[in-house]
Amino acid sequence: MTKTTTLDVQVADGADDKYRLKMGPQHPATHGVLRVDLELDGETIDKCDPQVGYLHRGFEKLAEHRTYAQNIVLTDRLDYIAAMANNVGYCVAVEKLLAIDVPPRAQFIRVMVCEMARISSHLLWLATHALDIGAMTVFLYCFREREVLLELFAELCGSRLTNTYTRLGGVRQDVTHSIMLKLQRFVDEFPDHIAEYETLIDTNRIWLKRTIGIGPISADKAVDLCLTGPSLRGSGVDYDIRQHVPYAAYDQMDFEVPVGETGDTYARYRCRMEEFRQSNNILRQCIERMPPGPILGKDAPDLIMPAKPGRKIEFDAVAGNALIKLIDNRDLYMEGDVYVATEVPKGELGFYFISDGMGRPYRMHIRSPSFLHIGALATIGQGVMIADLIAIIGTLDVVLGECDR
Amino acid sequence: MEPIRIAARLQEKFPDSILGIIEHRGQVTTSVARTLIVEMIQFLKTEHQMNHLNCLCGVDNLHRTAHFVERFEVIYQLYSMENRTLLRLKAPVPETDPAIDSICGLWTGANWLERETYDLFGIVFNNHPNLKRILTPDDWQGHPLRKDYALKGDQEWSGFEQLKEKAAQLKQFEF
Repeated sequence: MTKTTTLDVQVADGADDKYRLKMGPQHPATHGVLRVDLELDGETIDKCDPQVGYLHRGFEKLAEHRTYAQNIVLTDRLDYIAAMANNVGYCVAVEKLLAIDVPPRAQFIRVMVCEMARISSHLLWLATHALDIGAMTVFLYCFREREVLLELFAELCGSRLTNTYTRLGGVRQDVTHSIMLKLQRFVDEFPDHIAEYETLIDTNRIWLKRTIGIGPISADKAVDLCLTGPSLRGSGVDYDIRQHVPYAAYDQMDFEVPVGETGDTYARYRCRMEEFRQSNNILRQCIERMPPGPILGKDAPDLIMPAKPGRKIEFDAVAGNALIKLIDNRDLYMEGDVYVATEVPKGELGFYFISDGMGRPYRMHIRSPSFLHIGALATIGQGVMIADLIAIIGTLDVVLGECDR
Repeated sequence: MEPIRIAARLQEKFPDSILGIIEHRGQVTTSVARTLIVEMIQFLKTEHQMNHLNCLCGVDNLHRTAHFVERFEVIYQLYSMENRTLLRLKAPVPETDPAIDSICGLWTGANWLERETYDLFGIVFNNHPNLKRILTPDDWQGHPLRKDYALKGDQEWSGFEQLKEKAAQLKQFEF
């Protein structure tokens, strides 16, 4: 019943007078290559059908052909805004699978970089979300602080975005005194900056009108849609893996999990703003209580070639290379499966591994929060206006690299 | 309640459908027959507050060195936010009839997870509202995460050929 014009916009005939619009994949407000097929009645969305897969790189297939250590670089490319958090998530999962111990200093460094990644990810979220809704100034302020964190990452591991900083059994390089001083300065100054963002936004009538009451999700609905992270906590469900199943050194940290009530766009925004403060607190605790000691476990399979006294390097015919061989002949390539989830800025990032003793994952499944959040868009986006859909996409905080994998 | 006891309760309730219970690294895996999967997950969700579906994925056992029952498996990770317990269900699915009932009725979020499993493994989910490919294009051949899927093909995806033709046509214009 439809005829198609050259622009691929379907024009309806007769009784079916719905207007069909393909928003994306190059739309600036979709934060990547997300396409949303909309069926419109005027400006109201009758049907919302998100299409993903433009950034599918087959990480799960790739991972089956690489060793555990080699796969760390793949995790950088999942949520490229908070690569550190993905690195930690992956390594925590593999360490559980292969029973590798991590020394306390490395645990603290991991918490530190995770929270730095959380702050830098939330800063980018706030910047782009505000830009989508029309508050231009916040964008520039947020990038100012984000730059500080990215420079710290560069000093720590030589890379601003694709860090590959963690190693199985620890982290790659120790934090220097200079990094700690700079981080301390950042931690001291950051609360004032949060207040600054809030003055820019919370008194802005346009912002309030465009977020309060928009895209409300009830607590039950949020659990039903498998939302996680701040998007779930905005609806009043207290689920944070850092407290439920503490990993790294989170069990030694003192922090609260901010939970919203109303579940609308504004509640999710408030949740993330409070997370800024909590993350800042955690960073402060890390600086104060950073224990001395080694940063790599004694039995860590190392990615870097030789050079540790007493470490015997043998060619492993099964694993196919000498880069990853274990020191004390303990058979870490054992069979079994584990599911380990970590709290990344977007929500719950889970890795499900099956090992069959070959030194490579037999199967690696990545449970990415963005994939489920975009899936939830079909339900949340129904019946709202197009302009509100932009606010909802922004508030769910999706990254397509993580969604498509 | 400990996950191992929840698994025992599940066995009491569905004695014929439990194929085995394994504990590894503190995580409990229960192998179950696929026939009553929806009822079992419903039981866990209502009776044991397993209200969070962590993940749902498929596995192809074709190259597995260990013993396995059927070629495919569908894995369900369930988590109880109240009791903080994790339980894994594993349902073997035969190669000849790769199908299992959908749990979209229990979690709306399962919709995309099942579509992904269908796309990458070719496992069909009965009663799924919209079982289409999701990560690969609609006209894609084969299911990439199967172990016998060729890593290199001898031809390009048809959509890519069309794209190249379009690009060739555009060459007549000077941009």
